[in-house]
Amino acid sequence: MTALTHSPMPAQVGLLAARAIKGTLRNPAQMVFPIVFPLVLLAVNAAGLDAATDLPGFPADSYLDFALAIPFMQGALFAALNGGQDLARDIEGGFLDRLAMTPLSGAALLAGQLGGALFMGLISAVLYLAVGVAFGVGIAAGAGGALVLLLLSLAISSAFACLGTFVALRGGTGEAVQGFFPLFFVLLFLSSAFFPRDLIEHEWFRTIATYNPVSYMVEGIRSLVISGWDGQALAQAFAIALIAIVGFLALSARALRTRLVRT
Amino acid sequence: MTHERAIDVAGLVREFKGGVRAVDGIDLHVAAGEIYGFLGPNGAGKSTTVKVLTTLLPPSGGRATVAGFDVAREGAKVRASIGVALQDVALDPMLTGREHMRLQGGLQGIPRAERARRGAELLDRVGLSDAADRRSKTYSGGMKRRLDLALALLHNPRILFLDEPTTGLDVQSRTALWDEVERLARQEGTTVFLTTQYLEEADVLADRVGIIDRGTIVAEGTPAELKAQVAKPTVEFTPRDAGQCSIAAAALAPFGEPVAARRDGSIAVRLESGADQLADIVRALDHAKIAVAHLALHEPTLDDVFLAKTGRSLEGAADGGTAEEIAPPRRDRVAA
Amino acid sequence: MTAAGTVARTRSVALSVAWRSVHNAFHNPAILLPSVLFPLFFFMAFAGGLSSVQNVPEFDYRSGYTSFQFAFICIQSAAFGGVFTGFAIAGDFEFGFARRLLLAAPNRSGIVAGYMIGAMVRWMFVLAVVFSAALISGMRIDGSLGHLLALLVLALVVSATSTLWAAGIAMRLRTMQAGPVMQMPIFILLFLAPVYVPLHLVAGWVHDVAQLNPFTALLETARGFIAGEPTKVALSAVCLVAMFTLVVGWARGGLHSAERAG
Repeated sequence: MTALTHSPMPAQVGLLAARAIKGTLRNPAQMVFPIVFPLVLLAVNAAGLDAATDLPGFPADSYLDFALAIPFMQGALFAALNGGQDLARDIEGGFLDRLAMTPLSGAALLAGQLGGALFMGLISAVLYLAVGVAFGVGIAAGAGGALVLLLLSLAISSAFACLGTFVALRGGTGEAVQGFFPLFFVLLFLSSAFFPRDLIEHEWFRTIATYNPVSYMVEGIRSLVISGWDGQALAQAFAIALIAIVGFLALSARALRTRLVRT
Repeated sequence: MTHERAIDVAGLVREFKGGVRAVDGIDLHVAAGEIYGFLGPNGAGKSTTVKVLTTLLPPSGGRATVAGFDVAREGAKVRASIGVALQDVALDPMLTGREHMRLQGGLQGIPRAERARRGAELLDRVGLSDAADRRSKTYSGGMKRRLDLALALLHNPRILFLDEPTTGLDVQSRTALWDEVERLARQEGTTVFLTTQYLEEADVLADRVGIIDRGTIVAEGTPAELKAQVAKPTVEFTPRDAGQCSIAAAALAPFGEPVAARRDGSIAVRLESGADQLADIVRALDHAKIAVAHLALHEPTLDDVFLAKTGRSLEGAADGGTAEEIAPPRRDRVAA
Repeated sequence: MTAAGTVARTRSVALSVAWRSVHNAFHNPAILLPSVLFPLFFFMAFAGGLSSVQNVPEFDYRSGYTSFQFAFICIQSAAFGGVFTGFAIAGDFEFGFARRLLLAAPNRSGIVAGYMIGAMVRWMFVLAVVFSAALISGMRIDGSLGHLLALLVLALVVSATSTLWAAGIAMRLRTMQAGPVMQMPIFILLFLAPVYVPLHLVAGWVHDVAQLNPFTALLETARGFIAGEPTKVALSAVCLVAMFTLVVGWARGGLHSAERAG
């Protein structure tokens, strides 16, 4: 009889989230790259594209202010990737089967899994905010805006983590998750993350960016940094994140049921 | 063959980081055309020796020549003379059997026209013709081993190194591989250096056997010679009533010296005059009115040689076990 | 073996290893696709999404932003192609296949040369795809055929250099987990060059670093070839020769390390 037998669901979630977080903390290399890489890219882009702020109609005086939203998105993507790979490893290594032998509920498994990714997402978001402020980025919406920014960032991390979980459960291998990862980046690069939508010259690119939900997530975060409280931008960002969470969670639950065929 | 000794090793040492001596001053000589069985438990130093002899690892000390070439200084010449099938089959899952042959032919510098012919011939010989155009990732364990062997043979090497070639194979594949090794040595005069942890493999295949333990060679000779050194059969007896152990021991004492038994509550005796005494033993026990629960005659095996030389059983040695703790599987003749 | 024989054997080994590298890439989409899609995607994202930046008054590249980015993608894909080959080498060591190569090859530098040739062939395929995409999206070429061939040679040397760099790491660490170690320095060098705008428009510390970065010269030369205005050709040639010489030594050390480890 395992310790999980009589655990209520919150305790099960706690156990699994703690395991996921411990796994992440014990492999610092796994944490360093996802946190440092977006910062390096931010620094490089801020210098490389600063000239763009001279264009008429560019919404910020410094490209750093404009681009600070990007690391939050990348941090969420990496958290999702790591979480997905951990889960895929559990599937490949048979650990998931071991969990299936316990009275663990599927919901607890998913929630615990997401807990690990959210922890990663939160740590990186706080760090990005601190680095941004340290380098002179003002949060236009103030301290309250900074809190909402972290909240939105967590919602976005959850959305991507749910997608990562789904891919892991469906694909069942680390390669499947890894292979899916570039798609995350395609979504980011083909959005308005690097340039304001109305200043994008090519019609086809502007159209893709307009239909790309990631644009609205980025614009939600960006609005808090460069323009203050923008109800519409925030509502769109939160709504898209929540829809993604609900949708991918439902898909994950279904994939989990297929994977954990228990009698 | 121009070299009488295909492999000549003197004082060979291979030390790893932290001072671990995986090979600790071994001497061995393999004659041309001979099948040499290198026997030892996991971690004894077999694979390291093979890696040094095949130029995959430079030695830390001592001297070794293969096909007359120094492994440390004439690596390229050694490699041109040898074929190697390592313990972990080195195959590319993306390539088919035929493509492997083609690649290996190119690596070995075999003329293009000959590559295809020789590749097809070898695939046929190891029974892979039908699977030649399937990717190696679809092969079974036995098929992978056979492909690995075929690749090792592509350039007609004079000396063949096989590192635990049958580990993990089913009985049928194992027998097929033994047959091929035997054919290579007997018909083509190929020298075979074969490492194994299976007693039976060394016993059946090898002309001579070297037993390695903890980096040193503890015994060397033909299987028959080695067994003769320690070879007296033992009889092991378990009385039905455990209280009769001492009476039984007294009844068996005239037949030979007592040795450690493999079963609890048993008595074992090394028979002075061989297995012919078995009938006398049964009569003696009957005379002493001792009811028999189990009686077994153990023929000497290479494991007895290992046991005699190291104080441990070969099967248990890798885990640090002792003969008393681990009863090795044997080809026993159970008398009762 | 005679000197001619040794050369023939080394060539045979190199061509065999290169054949396998190309064969595997074209038979396994998981290998080929990333090396094609990444550059193609970067090209789309940069040339498509950031082109307004050419409207900044001091942006003075005459052939347009698509050409400006094509030159970058050319160098970037060549460099990353080498890194992807490094992953494959590390995989060969991790999964034991490299032993077959080490055992069979009399002259083991032929193995490394083979990986290098394989990377170059694979990159040429990538280039063909990206070049087609660039032409379709209206890239302007002001340089002559000679200029384009010079660009090809430049990028091929970049590919060879980055392959040897990655091979040096792959053969020292012999695990696929070494991937980021191969990739990060190349990535940083590439992005600390004037990627989005000409050097004089790059701001802050990146400008200072970019001035010292050899990839800046390579990028400017590549862009100069497409614009038909060769720029800093001698400097780029010196940088390439120096980098190539360094990585030859680096890869040789890696090979020795792999040989020592068996």
